[in-house]
Amino acid sequence: MKQAAFEERYAEAWLRFERWLDRRERPTRTDPKRLAPSGMQDAEVPRAYRRLCQHLALARDRAYSPDLVDRLNQLALRGHQVLYGARSRRRGRIAQFLLADFPRRVRAEWRLLAIACLAFFGPVAALAVALQIFPDFVHYLLSPRALARLEEMYDPGNPRLGMRQADTSVMMFAFYIWNNVKLGFQCFATGLLFGLGTLFYLVSNGLQIGAVAGHLTQAGFGTSFWSFVSGHSAMELTAIVVCGAAGLKLGAALIAPGNLSRRAALVASAQAAIRLMYGAAAMFLAAAFIEAFWSPLTAFPPATKYAVGAILWALVIGYFLLAGRRRGA
Amino acid sequence: MLDTARSVATPEGIELTLRLAGPVPRALAWLLDFLIRAAILVVLMMVLAPVGGLGWAAVLLAWFFLEWLFPAWCEVYWNGQTPGKRSLGIAVLNDDGTPVHWPAALTRNLLRAVDFLPFCYGFGLATMLVNRDFKRLGDLAANTLVVYREPAPGGVMIPPAPPLAPAYPLSVPEQRAILDFAERAPRLTAERAEELAALARPLVGAGGNAASRLVRIANFLVGRR
Repeated sequence: MKQAAFEERYAEAWLRFERWLDRRERPTRTDPKRLAPSGMQDAEVPRAYRRLCQHLALARDRAYSPDLVDRLNQLALRGHQVLYGARSRRRGRIAQFLLADFPRRVRAEWRLLAIACLAFFGPVAALAVALQIFPDFVHYLLSPRALARLEEMYDPGNPRLGMRQADTSVMMFAFYIWNNVKLGFQCFATGLLFGLGTLFYLVSNGLQIGAVAGHLTQAGFGTSFWSFVSGHSAMELTAIVVCGAAGLKLGAALIAPGNLSRRAALVASAQAAIRLMYGAAAMFLAAAFIEAFWSPLTAFPPATKYAVGAILWALVIGYFLLAGRRRGA
Repeated sequence: MLDTARSVATPEGIELTLRLAGPVPRALAWLLDFLIRAAILVVLMMVLAPVGGLGWAAVLLAWFFLEWLFPAWCEVYWNGQTPGKRSLGIAVLNDDGTPVHWPAALTRNLLRAVDFLPFCYGFGLATMLVNRDFKRLGDLAANTLVVYREPAPGGVMIPPAPPLAPAYPLSVPEQRAILDFAERAPRLTAERAEELAALARPLVGAGGNAASRLVRIANFLVGRR
């Protein structure tokens, strides 16, 4: 068949398909009502698309003009994107993820989680204890200005713990989101450097938190500090560790790709890791909320705040150990 | 041939051709996005800072959103294009030519933090230059490509002339060569155009006027009748 005849015979079908695509693709800058009707039902589309693909193959094989081949290629590409790029719009996906999928994924990565815990909680505990014995060591880690600010924030006379006089709760909430989630993201992303970046962020943050905790306890601000952190620590510290595990997963794919190429291993582990990050981001959000609106309150005695903290830790640990174990949960 | 075209095999058994975007348009798109983000933030700060704590809260949240989530959000809901990418006509797609969804978009945007290292996208650029698909680290992990969205800018700009059918069927590369010639012919000196066109002697014959004949054949090839 000559090209002219070929074009003449199928131009109508291509035009219909193109019009259907114009209406279907988003975002449409023009109002869909103003576009020409395609005259094609959605049910006919897969068939029309397959025929278009056939025409493209024919046009290439018969060496029709490059112009026509390009046009058909562009149409087929658009069709491919609309047909294969469809999103599933199932309801309740977020609830399903938080109630079952996320804890399952975290349990599946328990080895990496253990390494991240060690890299993070190890320095925290070590410094918190070491500073009780060698209090002056804190000057290697925190500047005098930082120390003065900490002591202002956790002064038992401060009506709202963990904040300076000028700060408001809403502002602190925004600050915690901006700062902590960013930290989590960096912790995850730098895992791509064979896991070293993640380890660096985990250890250095562990050191800082340990230094603050150890110094304040030793300086006699213990009650106000621990009653401040007890509430949000469960969510926040676990979220950091989960980010660490996600970052280490990227690094592990590069160090030990197994039977895959490094590139394929990285793609596979990134798909799992990013889902850990969804959950971690949700935990950071909850932690920021608690940290801004509950933790600074001094109206409640420290015992109450410790109790709430203990309950939250039990809930978080129970959640990761138990949630989503039943099939179909 | 040195080429930035990449073909994607589809389940229908055909190959679609994507045109990859290199470091320069991508850097420009990033720069535009960066300026847009910075402008929004500066405006927000000027408007909201006097409000006090609540205003600063809004600024910090907006900053966080713009820096980390906004590019991914655009790529998911805006045909794979951030404002900067849109103005340069490039877009993000999955490796198989389908639009990106949240997991891939977030992966490539969070991993931007590593591409940025050690400074000014050093790792990202180095990675782009050593793989065939111009992928930065985030693209490698998310399995995404950055491609030109629209067909070649300008389309086929061939000077009109009465079409002339070639004496025998031409292969696709031959057709491409003729079209390229016809596109560039107006910018060549007449002598040089004649000299080049004469290389296709079997097609244009020995009678002179080779350039104009070749342009007429090109007109036939693009379907002018």
